[in-house]
Order: sequence, then C-alpha cells, then structure tokens
Amino acid sequence: MLMFLSTSIIVISLTLIIVSILYKGLPSLTWEMISQTPKGGFYFGKEGGILNAIIGSLYLALASTSLALVIGLPVALMMNVHLIKHKKLVNGIRFLLDLLWGVPSIVYGAFGFSIMIYFGLKTSLLAGILTVTLFIIPIMVRGMDEVLKTIPRGMLESSMSLGATSSEISYRVYLRQAIPGLVTAILLSFGRGIGDAASVLFTTGYTDHIPTALNQPTATLPLAIFFQLSSPIPEVQERAYASALVLTIIILAISILTRFFSKKYQKNRIKQ
Amino acid sequence: MNYKSFQSKDVFRCFKVKRHLRSKLHTTWMVIALMIVILLPIFLGIGLYVKSAMLLREQSLFELLFSSDWRPLAGKFGFLTFIISSLWVTVISLLIAGPICLLTSIHLTQYAKNWVLKVMHPVIDILAGIPSVIFGVWGILIIVPFISDYLAPLLGKQSSGYSILAGGIVLAVMIIPFILNILIDVFRTLPDELKEASLSLGTTKWQTIKLVLVRKAFPGIISAFGLGVSRAFGETIAVLMVVGNVTTIPKGLFQPGYPLPALIANNYGEMLSIPLYDSALMLAALVLFVVVMLFNLGSRYAITRIEEME
Amino acid sequence: MEDRTKIKISELNLSIGKQQILKDINLEIPEKKITVILGPSGCGKTTLLKSLNRLTDLYPEMKVSGNILIDDDDILHTNKDITLLRQKMGLLSQRPYPLPMNIYNNVAFGLRISGRKKRQFLDKRVEHYLKQANLWDEVKDRLKDPASALSIGQQQRLCLARGLAVDPEIILADEPTSALDPISSEVIEKKFVELKQQYTIVMVTHVLRQARRIADYVVFMYLGEIIEQGTASEVFEYPKQEMTKQYLKGSFN
Repeated sequence: MLMFLSTSIIVISLTLIIVSILYKGLPSLTWEMISQTPKGGFYFGKEGGILNAIIGSLYLALASTSLALVIGLPVALMMNVHLIKHKKLVNGIRFLLDLLWGVPSIVYGAFGFSIMIYFGLKTSLLAGILTVTLFIIPIMVRGMDEVLKTIPRGMLESSMSLGATSSEISYRVYLRQAIPGLVTAILLSFGRGIGDAASVLFTTGYTDHIPTALNQPTATLPLAIFFQLSSPIPEVQERAYASALVLTIIILAISILTRFFSKKYQKNRIKQ
Repeated sequence: MNYKSFQSKDVFRCFKVKRHLRSKLHTTWMVIALMIVILLPIFLGIGLYVKSAMLLREQSLFELLFSSDWRPLAGKFGFLTFIISSLWVTVISLLIAGPICLLTSIHLTQYAKNWVLKVMHPVIDILAGIPSVIFGVWGILIIVPFISDYLAPLLGKQSSGYSILAGGIVLAVMIIPFILNILIDVFRTLPDELKEASLSLGTTKWQTIKLVLVRKAFPGIISAFGLGVSRAFGETIAVLMVVGNVTTIPKGLFQPGYPLPALIANNYGEMLSIPLYDSALMLAALVLFVVVMLFNLGSRYAITRIEEME
Repeated sequence: MEDRTKIKISELNLSIGKQQILKDINLEIPEKKITVILGPSGCGKTTLLKSLNRLTDLYPEMKVSGNILIDDDDILHTNKDITLLRQKMGLLSQRPYPLPMNIYNNVAFGLRISGRKKRQFLDKRVEHYLKQANLWDEVKDRLKDPASALSIGQQQRLCLARGLAVDPEIILADEPTSALDPISSEVIEKKFVELKQQYTIVMVTHVLRQARRIADYVVFMYLGEIIEQGTASEVFEYPKQEMTKQYLKGSFN
C-alpha cells in the first residue's frame, strides 16, 4: 500500500545518507586524518589531518553543554517544583521555550556576531561557546522539562510532608528520579551543539591550530567539512567526506548512548 | 526516644541556618537562570533590530522587501530575490515532506505492527539528530547528481543539479522527523471511541481514517506543517550547499536559487567592508527571526487551542 | 476524662474558583487518639487532611480561610517556617511514593535534611524506625537495595518508617490501605493502634469496617460539611443525624 511505501522512503533515505557518507568517506579516513592538525599544504592535498577541528568542536560542545546545563537544569527544576503552584506562569515559560526552540541557528549566529562587534571582540572560542550555549538552552530545558513533568505529584507531596524545602526536593528527589531522561536531554543538546555550523560560522572563525586559549579562533568539524568540500582539489574533497564520516560517527555514537540511557534499568527510579 | 534532646541547641541552630542559606542560594540562582532564559528572545529581537535600524532609516521596509535589486556596492538591498528563493525551497520541501509524513504517521499509528514502530523510532531519532552539514554533503553526493544526470534530462531540462529542487528535497528529508513526531502524537491522542463509533456505522478502516480521524486531527496536522515550515525557512547550511547561490529569481525547479539564510551565511565576511551591508544582513536575520516566530506562534497557538478543546 | 486537643480547626473554608470544597469546618482533634474522617467519595475529606499540613499550597486555585491551630500555632497564618511545621506531621498517602533511593536512604532522608550526618547515629535510627514499621526483619539484609524493589505493602511500611523518622507528633493517613492487599492492610491497621500511644493519628477512609475496627473518634463528612462528629461509640451506636444513620447502614447513595 501507499503508506508502507512512504514509511519505507524514510527508512531508505536514512540508510542512503549513512551509506553514502560511509562509502565516500571511509577510503579517505586514515589515522592521520584524526590525529594530526593540518600541516603546510594541507589545503592543497598534502599532509595533516583535522584534529584541530575535532578537538575544537569537542571543546566547544563540552563547554556550551556545561554552561547550558548550569543555566538550564535549575530552570527546568524550578518550573516543576518551585513554581508548580503557578500554572499560568509555567505554561507561559513553556510557550516561550517552544518559540525559542524554533529559532534557526543562523539567527543566533548573527546575534552573536553583532555582540562580538559591539564589544570589539574577534572571532574566538569564547564567542562560539556563548553563541552555541544560547542556541542549545531551549533544547535542553525543553527536554528536561518533558521528563520532569511526568513525575507524579504524589512524590512532591510526600517529599514536602517530610519537611524538605523546594530546592532540596528539586535536587535530591526530582533530579534523582529523572536522571536517565536528563542525561538524554544533555546528550541531545551536545549533539546539536557539535553539529551545528550556522552558529559558529561567524563567531568562532577557523584556524589550523588546536585552541589553547578562549580568545583564539577555533576550527570546528562542520566548518571543516564545509570548507574542504568547497575546495576545487579532489583530494581535499575526499577528505571532506572523511571528515563528514567522523562527524556522523560521533552523532551516531551519541544516539546510541541516548537509547542506552533511556532503556537502562534505572536502579533507583520509581516505576509508577 | 526524642533524639532532639541529645543535640546541642547551638549546633542545631547553626545547621538550620546553613540549610536555609543553601536553599536560598539555589533558589536565587534558579531565578537568575530563569531571567536569562526569559530575556533571551527579547535580547535577540532587540539586538537584531538595533543593528538593522541603520538601514531602515535610509530605506523603507517595503522597498527592501519587495525590490529584487541587490547591488550592495551601489547601496541597493532588495531582498525579494532571496525571499522568493526561500519560499520556493520551503514550499517544495513541504509538498514532499507533508504527504510522506501524513501517510507514514497514519501507517504507524493505525496499521503497523509493533516491530515496525520499534524500528522507526530510532530511525526518526537518528534522522533528527543528523547535523545539517551532513545533509548538505549527502545532497551534493546524491541529490545534485541525480537531478543533473537523471531527473532533468528526463524532463527535457538542463541543470547543474544545484537547484531549488535539490534544496527542497534535502530540506524535506530534514524536516520529516520533526513533522512526523508531532503527527504521530496527534494521531495517537485521538480517542479510540471515535474510531470505534465510525466503524460501527459501517465504514471501512480507510474511510474512517480519511473522513473522521483526519478531520479531527486537522488542526494538529496544520500546526505540524506550520512548524515544519518554520524549520525549513530557517535552515541554512544544508540548503546553502545544494541550492546554487545565484542571485537571480529562479524561474523553475531546476534553476539555482539563493534563500535568505544562505545570503547571511555567505556574505558575513564582507559585512564590515561595505557600508550598510552589515545592517542589511542583520535585517535579513531579523526577517528570518520574525517569520519563524510568527509561524511558531501560530502553530503552537493552534495546538494549545486543540488541547483546550479536549 | 477530657482528651487534650491537638489540632483545633475553626471556620475553615476552602474553595476552588466558584466551587466550595470545605464549608465552615469546625473540628477538634484529640491528642494521641485515632481520629477517622469518614464519608463518601468527593466529600472533601482528603482535602481536609491535606490542608492540615498545607499541601494545599500546591494547588494555586485554592482559596483558604479560617484557622488551623496545632498546639496553639495557627499554621495558616504563621510566620514560622512551613517546612519545620510540616515535620511535625507525617503523611502516608494512598499510593506509596518511596523516594528514588535505596531503602536505607529513604528512611534517612528526613534525618539527613535536618543535618544529621553521623553514620552510627543514622544506622541506629534507621533500624529503630524500620522496626517501628514492622519492616526491619524483611529488609535488614538488603538496606542498600532500591526501594522500588519492595512489594507495595512493604513500600507503604517504608513510607511509614520514613515519615516517623522526622519525629512528627501527628500522623496523617490518606486511605493508607486502599492500594494494599488484606494482609498488608491488617499490618498497617495494627501498627496504627500501637502508634497512637505516641502519635496523634488522623486517618481518612471510606471503608466503614476499617473505621469501626480502629477509630477512637469519628468525623463524618458529606459534600464539604461535617455532618456529625464524636467518639466512635457515640457515632457508631447512637448516630444523631439521619444522613449518618443511612451511611452506616450502607444505604447511602
């Protein structure tokens, strides 16, 4: 039937994507590629690798995810514990978050860029981190809120009856109860942060070195792929596919980890 | 045995203070974090607006949006070309993704066996997580040659492959997981009684779906599509890589285009060297922001209205 | 002999929007006795119970007026810290909600947030309260196991131990045995009878036989109002109101 066809189209597309990247990228994926930074002439097809981009992206994604976590987790907890009485306010915040969630990353990039100009900063790791953090905050808070929402009110009432303060309930009870879901939200945000190009395009710059300080421009994987692909030299293009493969592998690993955490038997979680 | 009597009153009081201080600190940080999150969209909007203000002072918004004269060096910033390109790619992507998502969601929620759902779940999640560069690479690898070597000649046209159509197809695949998830939710929350009532009137399953369920789910479907559109409109990198980036109004599917996000992405380097260019690009970003927000607002509003009616 | 009053409720009114849930409640709950609040579903008994430790704060739309005095402290209009006041009461809900921790930590939770950290102290207290709840023998070898691994009857007893650990003076129980099998129910009921020597117990139930078994005082409610209140023998044997008589006969609709 038609419907089965449409479902298969989706599955086929996914396999096509993964297979084609694998096919094109694997041949050029050498150990060199992932363990070295670009040497002279790299962009003309000579030695080196994309280690600068790999490390740069990892630094960026780790830092922004951590920063987003520090801001986002308290907000999500607050929405479900402290503010549980103010339904209208919480719904308003949820609405706001949904709106933010849809804002394209390039808008954040443009915004970040104008802030940078205003403060006279140059393209740097820090600018990239801040921009990506802003970008992933709505994703993270929304994800966490979805999980925290499902905790039954009885848990809140029992904890309150024991004389716990709202903050204690948030961090000692709710956090514990929702850990697998929260980790999933964190992983997903990390995945978005590491793969997004538009937000780092203006703000992080590009360089051949592994960054050693926050104010240096940093290479990122998505941009590495993009720039190499735009090159007229075939070897460099091949390398682009290999870089794409690296990024894809990272993302797939995150997906697998996410599934693992969702399914993992939650030792201390209460099944309702 | 009341253990409280063992505890020295001072130590107890000291801990009480510490405990409340800790809670207060946590709560204060929570409020600050909340403020950051709430103020974020406001700052975004204001920041972009302030930067675009310079250009808006010299030319009217109407002129900018509806002129296709784009010659930055001469101070001409007509966005029409880019807006039309954006519209083209977005519409095409919706035309492709919409029916596919609708059919698939019906299939998955009404017909499919359990194992199909189990397989589709990770498929959708993985598809949703793939970064847009990768979609772009895939587009270049497969879609572009497909169009230039097979599809276009089949229809008697010439094309380099870098075209609106390529952009539309890539975008479609990107927004599919997004729309699909919403549609699956929408169909899942339809009450079974509705289906049963219709079936007991003698309709076939397909008729039930077409006439009853889809009608009931209609607002949800519209809002899912609306959200898909807002996503598609703002997508940058993947489209940029396959769409050609030529500043003319595309006259056909197989011609290249230049959507708004691509404009911003491609030209940020020249932003500062040409007068008013940065303002123009910020205005483009602001337009994107507003359009996406409006679509989001509309779609979310529709969803909340449905939920209220339940 | 006059029983001392532990909780004195006067002119309590509670409404959500236009609907009034509790009307002019005037009630005195005696110390160290089991007071049972009876009534058909929807009469407001659970709400009354929850207002005693101000869980009603969680529900924004609720408007409360009146006084609830616990030992001369009006908890509705007090300056004191509500979390401390809540520790005067322990709550046992309909469905057990063990905290997402192991058995030991569930019981120790209340102690820990009050600042008790010493291992030996906690060990002793955890054992004490688990014994009080009749759970010690069943779990003493697996204190580090997650609480979710226990059966529902055991979980309810765990919640009891946990509630007792904060050293309350009052125990509030909201239909505590409705989710349990008869044997576990019996254990809880027996426990309450023992515990009333130390604690004031207020229990909500809709099972008449349970009330008859263990109540010292009875409060009968219908549609948010108290219809009749008094000692168990007074209400069960010589009910004054017509509605009470009908309810006791089981012919209540």
